[in-house]
Amino acid sequence: MRFDSLIDSVGRTPLVGLPRLSPSDEVRIWAKLEDRNPTGSIKDRPALWMIEQAEKDGLLSPGCTILEPTSGNTGISLAMSARLKGYRLICVMPENTSEERRQLLRMWGAEIISSPAAGGSNEAVRVAKGLAAENPDWVMLYQYGNPANWRSHYESTGPEILEDLPTITHFVAGLGTTGTLMGVGRYLREQVPGVQIVAAEPRYGELVYGLRNVDEGFIPELYDASVLTTRFSVSSADALARTRELLGAEGIFAGISTGCALHAALGMARKAVQAEERADIVFIVADGGWKYLSTGAYEGTLNEAEDRLEGQLWA
Amino acid sequence: MAIEVRIPTILRTYTDGAKAVDASGATLDELIGDLEARHPGLRARLVDEGKLRRFVNVYLNDEDVRFLGGLGTPVTDGDTVTVLPAVAGG
Repeated sequence: MRFDSLIDSVGRTPLVGLPRLSPSDEVRIWAKLEDRNPTGSIKDRPALWMIEQAEKDGLLSPGCTILEPTSGNTGISLAMSARLKGYRLICVMPENTSEERRQLLRMWGAEIISSPAAGGSNEAVRVAKGLAAENPDWVMLYQYGNPANWRSHYESTGPEILEDLPTITHFVAGLGTTGTLMGVGRYLREQVPGVQIVAAEPRYGELVYGLRNVDEGFIPELYDASVLTTRFSVSSADALARTRELLGAEGIFAGISTGCALHAALGMARKAVQAEERADIVFIVADGGWKYLSTGAYEGTLNEAEDRLEGQLWA
Repeated sequence: MAIEVRIPTILRTYTDGAKAVDASGATLDELIGDLEARHPGLRARLVDEGKLRRFVNVYLNDEDVRFLGGLGTPVTDGDTVTVLPAVAGG
């Protein structure tokens, strides 16, 4: 495959079967390897779409400053695009995200403003909205509410999956900005009657929820529950166990949010086996495990890894 | 047997600090009614005008009850119900 530049190589990622984790020939599980994007995560798609939409809308021109609340991957993708296109990037990032993400952001030239650990990404969103109000010349792409986020998946991720697997019955992905599920979900619902769209939501340790008042929660503006068939909350322990299982059984070295999605995918597979129905279940490998090595997720017992992950934003 | 309800930190003022409490009922609505009888004030933090509050997520055995049947979702002994505030990802 040949491309004119790195940016042009976003997408067209492999879809690989999981022969050992799939329950049978009738119920199969497939991994969409989004870690094979230029900066190593699925976020290269929405980052590129959001920047190019802002350029089309006349909001961005070289020299402009982009501001974004991000727990890491979106920031890293934006940093790569911003560097190549000549923009300054400021990321607002919760302080309880991994050191690797910070180093990667700095490496591509992004500036980081830390938001308090307690409250997680909610706090980053709140801080970024405040900064945007104070600096009207900065452009906040705002992944949680920017339609170009879900459109990137409607126009690229979804069609790629259907082309590779026309017999798809289930699509499972992690729920963050909701962009992947909204975009792929809408596309597949238009193309595949009866397809099930399943969200896997990370359930963090208590610190992340600790100070949240139940009247001040956050739901991304992009979220439309009618696109989903159902939604699961996956504990850190289950996500970690599945991340290791994926590595051990299938050789795929993925980040922890992938274990979260795989847990829900295996749950849907179990239901299909019980109902004696055929199923082709696609789940998203959002990124590789490299950025999480320092969290200790892959070493020692699961209990030790879970303890180390307490209070970390791992998705 | 009863149904275990996991309570988020912010609502533990209603449960004397307990992380999880037991309750019973045939539906989620009845379960929350029973919780209210044992821990007065809790219901209003979860339910408003007959619906789950916007920023409150309730999971029955890890599945979001909004996709099961909302407050009318049937529950049985041995189930686990988890209450969490809505947070952002990404």
